[in-house]
Amino acid sequence: MNMTTQVHITPAMKAEAKELSFYYGGTGQALKSISLGLADRHATALIGPSGCGKTTFLRCLNRMHDLYPGNRYAGAVVLYPDGVNIVDQTIDPIEIRMRVGMVFQKPNPFPTSIYENVAYGLRIRGSMTRSDLDTVVEQSLKDAALWPEVKDRLHSLAYNLSGGQQQRLCIARSLATGPEMMLFDEPTSALDPTATARIEELVTELKQRVTIVIVTHNMQQAARVSDYTAFMYEGELVECDRTDKIFTNPANKLTEEYITGRFG
Amino acid sequence: MSLKSDIDKSTKKDRLRRRIIQLRRRDRAFAFAGLAVMAGAFIVLLALLGQLVYDGMGRISWQFFASYPSRFASQAGILSAWIGTVLVMLLTALTAVPLGLGAAIYLEEYAPKNWMTDLIEINITNLAGVPSIVYGLMALGLLVYEFHLGQSFLTAGLTLGMLILPMVIIATRESLRAVPPQIREAAYAVGATKWQTVRDHVVPYSMGGVLTGMILALSRAVGETAPLITVGALSFIAFLPHLPLTSDFPFLSGQWLFDPFTVMPIQMFNWVSRPQDEFHINAAAAGVILLVMTLAMNALAIVIRARFRRRIHW
Repeated sequence: MNMTTQVHITPAMKAEAKELSFYYGGTGQALKSISLGLADRHATALIGPSGCGKTTFLRCLNRMHDLYPGNRYAGAVVLYPDGVNIVDQTIDPIEIRMRVGMVFQKPNPFPTSIYENVAYGLRIRGSMTRSDLDTVVEQSLKDAALWPEVKDRLHSLAYNLSGGQQQRLCIARSLATGPEMMLFDEPTSALDPTATARIEELVTELKQRVTIVIVTHNMQQAARVSDYTAFMYEGELVECDRTDKIFTNPANKLTEEYITGRFG
Repeated sequence: MSLKSDIDKSTKKDRLRRRIIQLRRRDRAFAFAGLAVMAGAFIVLLALLGQLVYDGMGRISWQFFASYPSRFASQAGILSAWIGTVLVMLLTALTAVPLGLGAAIYLEEYAPKNWMTDLIEINITNLAGVPSIVYGLMALGLLVYEFHLGQSFLTAGLTLGMLILPMVIIATRESLRAVPPQIREAAYAVGATKWQTVRDHVVPYSMGGVLTGMILALSRAVGETAPLITVGALSFIAFLPHLPLTSDFPFLSGQWLFDPFTVMPIQMFNWVSRPQDEFHINAAAAGVILLVMTLAMNALAIVIRARFRRRIHW
């Protein structure tokens, strides 16, 4: 099995993993020397069988692993344009999370109002006038394609929204803080097909202005929303290329077997 | 051949049916036994309550609330006792609530997972099971003799505060733990610090459970007698503590903290230990009122829990 990879990224890179390895405190190494470029203002999909490390990789990109004791990174993830190393332990993870947003597998709105959910990221960043806040909240909800459905009930509870609306609210919450890169961890796995289609549509729009990294189990989804696809297997990156190339003419046999459904 | 197999089938079916009937009978027998045990316990409790209410109800009047103790049973009342109970509970809450909340937040959110934390955890669980008289003895040695706080409201409040502190910590930790990790991750993901996550999300969302735990702990403290006798509660107080407001600058006075105190259960204890029947009736009446106080606190806990539950469901 040949694990060396040629990465063909023609547009500028927003972030680049350089021989990134990751070790869980309890279970040991989960990522083995991953080198992967993430194209600026494009969507990169991470696919692979369960346990291959795609979510682990995603959670390195906003230092989510720092929340649990014993986890350790090796190598680097360079965030452009300033070239800061995301996994450098001297860099405060708060700074990284303020620049890199995240949307989770299960919609996880706060049990507060719709408005407060979107405003929270701005509130913790410090003083902002009420009208500025209102403007950003409205714009974020519009960007997340949720505004028409909630504009008359901004102050009612977020829990009264449907699952798909809640997930779009979580996207708005992340968008409000103006992230440079957004991480989606299987954002539609808890949603029905209609809600899924809306999220995919949204991701396709958002990638015009934000760098997107999306983990998905659904290969059709990867094919629909992403420009680049990275296939991972057992903690290693097998292949990363343009999505159309990966799905029509993968270079690696393992990739081909996976996307044709022979395992995984 | 076909007849034989039919007979076989039907006897098999009959056997199965008999077995099911037998199992059903056992099922019913157990349900009945459970009901009988529960009814037994319930009837005993009801009888005790009924007796108490029957004895005491007639004695409850405005005069009973507004009078000091007296050597004449018919003139005696619970004024100093119920005011004492309210004030002691206030001090208990002021001691146990901030300390308990702070300790629980630290242990649950900040403490590193190591043997020190485990040791502290085990000790808190054990402290919740220590007999209350032991707290009384500790308070007598520490607060009364060592710190010279006297046999006062302050001593009583601190004693009961220490007594319920472990319960408050345990209940608070459980409520904090009930906030799902996804909510914490959501806060961290937009760039919140640990303190912002705890202050803005974890604590507010667990407030229902936290308040419930605190009120239940206080409702246990309200009936405590042994530790307060140990630290020197008086059972005959014919005056009220100093007022917390004064006419002179700075208008607030802590003098009442150092006044001698009594509480409802101590007043009851005193009346029960007298030979005259009239005093026993007074004790029953005070018992009814103490019971109502406790039930009211528990009811409040239920209301708070229901209110928060309606708003937050994970």
